[in-house]
Amino acid sequence: MASLGSALLLLAFLAAVVAAGLALAGRHGDRRRVDLSRRTVYAFCGLLTACVVIIEIAFAGNDFGFKIVSEHSSIETPPFYKLAAMWSSQEGSLLLWAWVLSIASSLALWAIRNKLREIVPYATAVMMGIAAFFTGLMLFAPDVQPFATLSPAPTDGTGLNPLLQHPSMMIHPPMLYSGYVAFTVPFAFAIGALITRRVDAEWIRATRRFALIAWTFLGFGLLLGARWSYTELGWGGYWAWDPVENAALMPWLLGTAFLHSIMVQEKRGMLKVWNATLVVGTFSMALLGTFLVRSGVLQSIHAFGDNTVGPYILGLIGVVVIGSTLLIVSRLDDLRSPKRIDSLVSRESVFLVNNLLLVGLTAVIFWGTFFPLISELFTGEKASLAAPWFDRYTTPLAIGLVLFTGIGPLLAWRRVSWDSAKRVFRVPLVVGAVATLALLAFSDAGHKPWALALFAFAAFALTGLAQEFWTGAQARRQLSGESTAGALVGLVARNRRRYGGYIIHAGVAVLLIGIAASSSFQTNRDVNLKPGERTTVDGRTITYVKPTVAVDEEKFTFGSVLRVEQGGKLIAYLRPSQRFFRPTGQETGTIGSFFAGEATSEVGLRPGPGSDLWIAERPNITAVQRRVRAADEGFAACVKGGPGTPPQCKSLRTLMLAARANPALRAQALEQISKLQGLAAENVAKTYLTDTAPATFKVIVNPLVTWMWIGGLIALAGALIALWPARGRRRGALVRTEADARKEAKYREIRDAELDHTLGKLSDDDFAAVDAELRREALEILDRQNGNGNGAHPHEPEKIEQS
Amino acid sequence: MDPQRKRKIRLVVSLSVAVLLAVALIYTSFSASTQAKEPSELVAAGPGNTVDMTGKVVPHSIRHVGNGIAFRVVDRDGSGKSLPVTYRGTVPDPFRGGREIVLTGSVENGTFVGEPETLITKCPSKFTTKSDG
Repeated sequence: MASLGSALLLLAFLAAVVAAGLALAGRHGDRRRVDLSRRTVYAFCGLLTACVVIIEIAFAGNDFGFKIVSEHSSIETPPFYKLAAMWSSQEGSLLLWAWVLSIASSLALWAIRNKLREIVPYATAVMMGIAAFFTGLMLFAPDVQPFATLSPAPTDGTGLNPLLQHPSMMIHPPMLYSGYVAFTVPFAFAIGALITRRVDAEWIRATRRFALIAWTFLGFGLLLGARWSYTELGWGGYWAWDPVENAALMPWLLGTAFLHSIMVQEKRGMLKVWNATLVVGTFSMALLGTFLVRSGVLQSIHAFGDNTVGPYILGLIGVVVIGSTLLIVSRLDDLRSPKRIDSLVSRESVFLVNNLLLVGLTAVIFWGTFFPLISELFTGEKASLAAPWFDRYTTPLAIGLVLFTGIGPLLAWRRVSWDSAKRVFRVPLVVGAVATLALLAFSDAGHKPWALALFAFAAFALTGLAQEFWTGAQARRQLSGESTAGALVGLVARNRRRYGGYIIHAGVAVLLIGIAASSSFQTNRDVNLKPGERTTVDGRTITYVKPTVAVDEEKFTFGSVLRVEQGGKLIAYLRPSQRFFRPTGQETGTIGSFFAGEATSEVGLRPGPGSDLWIAERPNITAVQRRVRAADEGFAACVKGGPGTPPQCKSLRTLMLAARANPALRAQALEQISKLQGLAAENVAKTYLTDTAPATFKVIVNPLVTWMWIGGLIALAGALIALWPARGRRRGALVRTEADARKEAKYREIRDAELDHTLGKLSDDDFAAVDAELRREALEILDRQNGNGNGAHPHEPEKIEQS
Repeated sequence: MDPQRKRKIRLVVSLSVAVLLAVALIYTSFSASTQAKEPSELVAAGPGNTVDMTGKVVPHSIRHVGNGIAFRVVDRDGSGKSLPVTYRGTVPDPFRGGREIVLTGSVENGTFVGEPETLITKCPSKFTTKSDG
């Protein structure tokens, strides 16, 4: 199987190279070659899928002849985690990268197969070049071959680190990778557009969806990682400004900026240089994230592997950054836009500000993440920056962002008159002010000015967004006579991009409220309690009712039952514990070996809309460990024999001697040993129940932290709404010419302006001006289309359906 | 004001703001950072500034002392003299002998005294290419 896998991987590599070559050979309009190249990309995807399937079959079937299986799985590893174990390895994660890229490339080329004829060959070559790079790494770089074998095959593997055995770890890495990888598509098409000088909005329209998919995956991956850290790592935090976390956040931030600024290019033809730079930056950051995890250049909580593939990926980043920069510079003349932003108070200028904030945020994080290298360069000493430094800069920038998530949706494109601004801003401003006063009067938010500012701006933003939905639904109801709820659904369904985006904004505002509240107003206490004792943290009385113990084949679990009361009323029983895992892959060993493997915390968590009560326990097992040592010594003495050993020892000893002579009895002897050891382990562990040594509890009261997760899920829902294909597209209207796409985009813009007018965001005069301008542009497109004889039937823009 | 001039002013203002921010960023990062040292660099040193010490925990050296723990660390490559360390506060789950840690603190009387809640133990799971798991 392994050699079949290697052969398939080699074929995949060749397919990627051939696809790139064919695409380039067909770049001057040879459709047959381009079609063939596209089919080769599909074949590449099929081959890599087969490779992944082979690896997964090996994991499922405990085929420890595969090096990757023996090092990352074991017989006892739960089936659910066997499937996920592939990407806990270096080589498996590279395979996942290449596989996701093959899927993304195939989907992109399939969706765009009848469009962008000039750009597609170059984009194919870029995507397949990168694909060949990663597939080549797995074939030719040392130590990262997924199909490496072990001979003879071990009888059991070393197992998957228990820390990673958490449901979100099953999907967190593939989510992040899909996010990183899907940014390849807009990047590749941008490069194609630059090479062919087709730098209008066509490539953006064709790949916008992929950028949004990438952004969604990356964002959801970050959220899952934060959740895992919060519930599994026993420190109670969700973000530590660790290099690996930063590496995933940076492309997400730049991707956010990109998703906004491409709208300006789509609608106004501006910011072309900026967009090209952003997409290159985003993709480079995604590669940098892939690199950082594999290089060991920075200190991180996540220990890194040896420096085997890091230098290659760094080389690729160098090629991407330098090549793209040269390309952009050589195309500056094509990228210049004759248009200027009409007004400082318009949606496009707000987008520009939000872009600056996001890029500024990325720059700060980049500087802080790479500061150890920078400092070494200038001072010769490695020095690092901790969370407070990051917070100092990211807090004000994030607060600015919240403000603009509220302002942006309230402004119309192109221009905003004073009257309409007054109309749309009145209610949100009043609500923001009232929220500030209420917080000052009824909470201690006044002591934390940054948090207060964030709450006020979030109140403003959420009100503004709610108002958008409300007035939109009202306007629709008057036209269609539906119920308010029906109008709301219809409104969102008709304008998925716009209202999906607003829902994302609301989700981000809610998420930031959760972050601000939980980081500014957290209560964090370490308490030592003996069974029966109690303590009070932030109004909650916590009683250590009793210690608990559990022993099974792979771990010792020491925990406790805690009773939590608030205001004299019982609100919960929490059961935090710590688990001690025996190093996996070890058939037998001393009982003490249980304390040589990994330990994990199972947090006692009571989530709530107001605040979470989070308790991790650090049991005091010094006494248990002492008794374990004694038991191990007793067992060793028993096996050795000698005067005064009990009769069971004698029979075990006889069995072991017999097993030495007759290998058939070996299994029986081993079983006997582990049975006796298990009994001993259980007896020793049970003594913990009567120990009176105090255990240490870390108690955290985290206000509003639940809203962080809820906000993330709201944003995810918004992204899915924005991504959901429009009805016409689902009915197979995917095959459209570029001219049709351009026309449709302009119609959508006219509809948007009409909607803005109905919602009162555009005054009558402004609407008249904007509408006339848009219709003139639409007519130009139609004229050009008819002149070219594309056979499209002319539409009068007046006939556009408005609902 | 003609639009050309207006744009130029806007550009100058925004560029100066960006430069100011960048200077602030650079200045604060050099003053707020803590130096990273390895145990062998600290063994010989007298009492000094607060540093981030990165090292490897010597197996079987961990003892519980009162409310905290005491252990010894060596350089990450396992070389050099070992440095005694004391620490009070939360001990991360993966902490044990042989693991790499980062701890903020300073040297007092030949012992590295860690500041509470600064002990970071590296998660050993990620992409280890050696077969020792």
